[in-house]
Amino acid sequence: MSVATPLVEHFARGLDAPICLTWELTYACNLACRHCLSSSGRRDPAELSTAEAKAVIEELERMQVFYVNIGGGEPTVRPDFWELLDYAAERHVGVKFSTNGVKITPEVATRLAAADYVDVQVSIDGATTEVNDAVRGAGSFAMAVRAMESLAAAGFGAFKVSVVCTRFNLTQLDALKALADRYGAQLRLTRLRPSGRGADVWKELHPTAEQQNYLYEWLLAHSDEVLTGDSFFHLAGFGEPLPGLNMCGAGRVVCLIDPIGDVYACPFAIHDAFRAGNVREMGGFARVWQESDLFRSLRQPQSGGACMSCSAYDSCRGGCMAAKFFTGLPLDGPDPECVKGHGESALTRIVPGSEPRSSIDHSRPGVSGGQTVPVTLLPRRPQRDCDEGPLAGFRPRAPLGPAGDSSYG
Amino acid sequence: MAAVSVLDRAWDIAPEVSVRREPFGALLYHFGTRRLSFLKDRRLLAVIEHLGTTATARAACASVGVDAAALPSYERALVRLAATDMLRERTR
Repeated sequence: MSVATPLVEHFARGLDAPICLTWELTYACNLACRHCLSSSGRRDPAELSTAEAKAVIEELERMQVFYVNIGGGEPTVRPDFWELLDYAAERHVGVKFSTNGVKITPEVATRLAAADYVDVQVSIDGATTEVNDAVRGAGSFAMAVRAMESLAAAGFGAFKVSVVCTRFNLTQLDALKALADRYGAQLRLTRLRPSGRGADVWKELHPTAEQQNYLYEWLLAHSDEVLTGDSFFHLAGFGEPLPGLNMCGAGRVVCLIDPIGDVYACPFAIHDAFRAGNVREMGGFARVWQESDLFRSLRQPQSGGACMSCSAYDSCRGGCMAAKFFTGLPLDGPDPECVKGHGESALTRIVPGSEPRSSIDHSRPGVSGGQTVPVTLLPRRPQRDCDEGPLAGFRPRAPLGPAGDSSYG
Repeated sequence: MAAVSVLDRAWDIAPEVSVRREPFGALLYHFGTRRLSFLKDRRLLAVIEHLGTTATARAACASVGVDAAALPSYERALVRLAATDMLRERTR
């Protein structure tokens, strides 16, 4: 049984259909997270209709996309959300949806617990009210806890508790895991990206170099219990790779469909530079996935540029495209959080304010990620923040032998 | 039962499992466990597809031309797929 080509290289060349797809159903959100990667808040009038969304589900079924990560915005505020969930299940398209918990009442939780093909991911960004609400807005921790209690009481089983790692919650990893354990849930940690409003707060919130090392060690120690959505492959430069493909899947094995049907290379790349097409165009999503110039170019061998001479390049592959782009760094250079410190020095050469910004912003008036408008000081809108969005959440383990193993998450 | 090799038992792809062919082999997704597995080899995919119509996994391997030298690696793959409930033993 020859293994002429490593599996990861097959993936790097792209697959006939995504392994994992993120679909943001709406830009509307009851919250206003400071780091919202999609700058959500207000619904876009051009969002896909129920019929159009159903057509996308039919297409995903034809392409055998086993499941989608649904997010937003807060997807459950779409009036047809439950109808679309049922429709996907009928079509054997599994759904994992991300929520801040706003609609997860005991009744809804009971219904979800009985549904096949549905997984739920509740977003929090701290193990305590103080740490969480500073990012996600006043009342958001209590709301998420109510949702988790409802899911646990309904016997949902191992739902996911998803956390974007920041400078302020990395000290709480054990507490976050204990919190998830308390509800029979599984902890999922993902990386903070400078995407959407996240660009405004990235410098303030992203983990320090010491914290990255701590996170790496913690993830190694808990690799069987914690999901990461293959989020931290830039940390592979520390040594042993973390579980997962350890590659950038953008346009190769993952992508994003946004609420108006635009297809982007990944959930963290909502910017014209990474827009591949729209599901409303002739040929639909399949054609965008298979034929768009952008995705085709991403599937070509990539240049490591300045990183090629680094001993860690084979492990980290230069890190995250979106993190580089939105911090103003060249795509063929180091990740801003390069564990060798090359990103940090490269960032000193970027003129503040010159970083590319997305023109796509659905933030409500007065909301920015920046320090000027702390969400906690907006009592009129106590429950805002947007769900961190459903990162393409797959976490395949390194395939061994002819059958590789993985758990999506 | 533990003494009987996976190769000498009868198997089916679990009903919750969906199989997607890919150039390198296939992706298997289990809707119950939400687990994904990769088959890195087209021949392994052929073995899996023959399990339902052969009396044993050994027969399925033989029917798609797996030779004796390669059999142990297929056995390991089948053990792993069975352990993750991708394959389910068929009992008459």
